[in-house]
Amino acid sequence: MEAWFALLVGVFFTVAVYLMLSKFIIRVLLGVAVLGNAVNLLIFTGGRLTREVPPIIPEGAKSLAAPAANALPQALILTAIVISFSFFAFLLVLSWRAYSDLATDNTDEMRVAEPADEPLPPLGY
Amino acid sequence: MAATISPSVDLSAALVAAPPTLAEWLVILPVAWCLAIGALLVMLRRPIGLHPTIAMSGLAGLLLIDGLLLREIAENGPLTMVMGRWLPPFGIAFTADLTGALFAFAAALVALVAGVFSLADINDSGRRYGFYPLLMLLMAGVSGAFLTGDIFNLYVWFEVLLISSFGLLVLGSEPEQIDGTVKYGFLNLVATTLFLIATGYLYAVFGTLNMADVATKAEALRDRAPLMTLTGLFMLAFAMKAAAFPVNFWLPASYHTPRVAVSALFAGLLTKVGIYALVRVMVMLFPVEREELSFILAVAGALTMIVGVLGALAQTDFRRILGYLIVSGIGSMLAGIAVGGPGGIGGVIFYALHSMLVMTGLYFASGIAMRLGASSSIAALAGLYRRHVGFAALTLMLCFAVSGLPPFSGFWPKVMLVKAALDIGAWWLAAALLLAGFLTMIVTGRLFLLAFWREAPPADGEAVSLSPAAFGPLAVLTGLTLLIGLYPEPLLAVIQDAAAGLAEPSAYVNSVFPEGGPQ
Repeated sequence: MEAWFALLVGVFFTVAVYLMLSKFIIRVLLGVAVLGNAVNLLIFTGGRLTREVPPIIPEGAKSLAAPAANALPQALILTAIVISFSFFAFLLVLSWRAYSDLATDNTDEMRVAEPADEPLPPLGY
Repeated sequence: MAATISPSVDLSAALVAAPPTLAEWLVILPVAWCLAIGALLVMLRRPIGLHPTIAMSGLAGLLLIDGLLLREIAENGPLTMVMGRWLPPFGIAFTADLTGALFAFAAALVALVAGVFSLADINDSGRRYGFYPLLMLLMAGVSGAFLTGDIFNLYVWFEVLLISSFGLLVLGSEPEQIDGTVKYGFLNLVATTLFLIATGYLYAVFGTLNMADVATKAEALRDRAPLMTLTGLFMLAFAMKAAAFPVNFWLPASYHTPRVAVSALFAGLLTKVGIYALVRVMVMLFPVEREELSFILAVAGALTMIVGVLGALAQTDFRRILGYLIVSGIGSMLAGIAVGGPGGIGGVIFYALHSMLVMTGLYFASGIAMRLGASSSIAALAGLYRRHVGFAALTLMLCFAVSGLPPFSGFWPKVMLVKAALDIGAWWLAAALLLAGFLTMIVTGRLFLLAFWREAPPADGEAVSLSPAAFGPLAVLTGLTLLIGLYPEPLLAVIQDAAAGLAEPSAYVNSVFPEGGPQ
């Protein structure tokens, strides 16, 4: 099970990196979303993947009898999902605004803050 | 469900038995206070006339709380407060040691002066779009990042400050700001995702996220766990947050676009959170790995310094020069982390505190210069000296401070860092530090010569007076810089204690696990 998940995480990372290397914001944005999910799956895998054993301590025992999946990574993922979703929402609106205001979604043409043809700095009085 | 727990299991050892003392509340209070004031400001959306008063009192209160926290920790050692009755490592702990409290106090100070400056800088539309609520939420994130004792919690506070900083950055929504925010937003999000990857690995390896717990368990796991990979990931993530070369380019692309008060706030706070996290993880949690990575860190630090300052030399825009100078300062701090030892780490903390004050002050100066000269390009600015002598004098002092010249605050950390580098025989690192200081002097000298000293056409050269809200914050920060430069002993003593506490975190661990070890 872990091996398949590791493979899946690898595929997610590949897709994310490929998309984030694009010049177009919307692809970068999709890449960021996929990257967030890749990381969530990674944390999920880090907490053991055992479906059969519920993490319940039996009567009279002080610890779990069989190795069960750790519940904490799932709580961490829950937090991370909320955060990455809010970021995705913000960046989506920002990208749309950038597209409508700057009339491009190509980051090469988007050089308002750092114009490409700046005059040289003054060298003397 | 109490019925499923057999009576033989004694949970009292894992639960908080006694209510927290009054002093312990101080650890969580900066965050709770900022969130409460921020929420209040959000509720009062309509009467924007009230916002500055509430936010200023909120920030003054934050400074007071952080001051009390700093005093408490300086007297009685690190403080821990646990959330929700579960003791660490199960519950999330807020732990403040001297380093965290010092950074939090300096951050509150910077936020307060930036708040005062914003009275003159943020107009009604900025207020209506929520400058003050975002400022308070940013401070909640920054304070949380400095005071938390849990790595995942640190990630959450990073995100809180990041989303608030996005809001502040696009405030005004000019095309420049949108462009700057796109770059800032995406690159910072990638950095925090890297941080999250590292956190996931950390949990998989250690089974805990509490920093004190990790610090104690690292020694036992060193033989079989991939700690170097972990440290490398953390280093890359935090270096990106701190804008170290080669992952620094988001900073000069975005820091010159927002309102001046926002730039100043960012310059003072955000990169330093990255440096703080780097120090916390590399020095306290993984000291052996820091030792092994120190050469890479030193090279990255030297390159950051030099690339930053050369970038500053190539710019004409006042604020973009400052953006590159922030990057250059980050290089000095990285060099200090690479050198390590009490001198190196003390130098990093000192340099970070100094940089918070000075870079914020310089951004204030750039804002005033832009208002006096109606331009932000040093090719167009001229004769500012004649327009306001006091302003020019304060800016010159800040220029000296950022170059590391005595008698200003930049001198002492530079001395500490150079001495620490020479002590371990890294002469080339010491040379890079001195060269960066020299080049910074050329940058600021050129800035002062062109924008302030150069003769202006007679029509522009008349003297003007500045509003106290614009001039006061600049004067306060410059005064502090001068004070620290002339009389560094008290601060230096605290910083040395802080550095010793990071290198030998037994007091920190004892504060989290009072019985001497995790249960």
